[in-house]
Amino acid sequence: MATTVQPQTGTKPAAGLSNEEILRYSRHLIMPEVGMEGQLKLKNAKVLLIGTGGLGAPLGLYLAAAGVGKLGLVDFDVVDFTNLQRQVTFGTSDVGKPKSEAARARLANLNPDIQIQSFETQLTSANALELFKDFDVIVDGTDNFPTRYLVNDACILLKKPNVYGSIFRFEGQATVFGMPDGPCYRCLYPEPPPPGLVPSCAEGGVLGVLPGIVGSIQAMETIKLILGRGDNLIGRLLLFDALGMKFRELKLRKNPNCPVCGTHPTITKLIDYYEFCGVRGEEAPGPTVQVPEITPRELKARLDRGDDLFILDVREPHEYQICNLKGHLLPLGELTRRVHELDSSREIVAHCRSGKRSAEAVDFLRKAGFRKILNLKGGILAWSDEVDPSVPKY
Amino acid sequence: MPVKVMIPSPLRPYAGKRDSAEFNAHTVGEALGHLTSEFGDLRKHLFTEDGKLRSFVNVYVNDEDIRYLAKEKTPTKDGDTISIIPSIAGGCI
Repeated sequence: MATTVQPQTGTKPAAGLSNEEILRYSRHLIMPEVGMEGQLKLKNAKVLLIGTGGLGAPLGLYLAAAGVGKLGLVDFDVVDFTNLQRQVTFGTSDVGKPKSEAARARLANLNPDIQIQSFETQLTSANALELFKDFDVIVDGTDNFPTRYLVNDACILLKKPNVYGSIFRFEGQATVFGMPDGPCYRCLYPEPPPPGLVPSCAEGGVLGVLPGIVGSIQAMETIKLILGRGDNLIGRLLLFDALGMKFRELKLRKNPNCPVCGTHPTITKLIDYYEFCGVRGEEAPGPTVQVPEITPRELKARLDRGDDLFILDVREPHEYQICNLKGHLLPLGELTRRVHELDSSREIVAHCRSGKRSAEAVDFLRKAGFRKILNLKGGILAWSDEVDPSVPKY
Repeated sequence: MPVKVMIPSPLRPYAGKRDSAEFNAHTVGEALGHLTSEFGDLRKHLFTEDGKLRSFVNVYVNDEDIRYLAKEKTPTKDGDTISIIPSIAGGCI
């Protein structure tokens, strides 16, 4: 059954299209499923995109092209070179610019007839309700658990649909949360995983086209919600496996005991989502365990001195091919099985790309009885910055 | 009674890079038990120290969430597919 989103009141709805707009949207207008009525619904709709990155790119482009009358873009990040492999809103000349503004400029060029508002700010419990209140549909294209729970709770409190998409390496998930009879993100996952247990995109990588596909599915669901056409992904979790090129679907149920959308909610206002997810602001990207460390400069000095150090590289073989410090390769995932390859009598320096995985390795090895083991602080990235710039960063 | 357990990509490094595995099992718990005996590194990702399924790991038999069936006691039959669906947060902004 189709579900229609009621536009926010307050501004006078547009009653017609200009001749230019009629030409621009001609391929919509000649479809009975959209037509003039549907195109005016799009023109009067207000959609807020949380994140203008991988998922936000196709979302912004297709929603702007489709004629969604008002688009809000929330992102506090700046475009960097590693974004260009998948964040197709941005060009090489945008590197260094704020994402929300670079995306606004790109979308305004695509469709000058719509209103685009950029919010160069981090979404927080303090500003979420205020930001969301003027929009009909919220689209979640973020990359971290605290923001996902925040978007979910704010949508439930304001009774707004939350078009969800998430990706990892070559798999994606999409659904629609926050509809009156449908489930919410907390019905699916009451709690986030502890920090460090699930790798982020920066660690796990992502196939560049994947966010294009999942973001496009979110854009399609958003447009269907506005038009009130078709069957939305409410109560259905769509799983996409790009390698197997398979789509699957799982049933999602509304949990009557859900703390935010259940019959007796215990969360009735926004909370501290960093605390809820077990991460504290600035500390979030750092190592999750405290272990003895060595800085790249100290390591260089000791190697130059001829100290007998065993360099343990806990990255994956394909990362070793990008660059390496000539260490012994033993991926973190195989450490428990291959720990016998290591000699606990020698002094070991473990490293990875950023120092996070190797911190876990050092923690594990210390618990396994290794005493002379250090973590290379900041990993290969810091080595490239502080010791040898000829080592590429990735 | 072979059932197929689908292993999601975030957990494949702990499962010998396999994307699925088949076991003879009469319940979901039995199948997951076989899985974590074969791939010991998976255990801490799926279960808490006292052996409970972690709250951010959802398990489905075919397209149904076992939380709304008989949880780990949910019976399985020949040809069923068990899916492990962990939370992923990526959007890569």
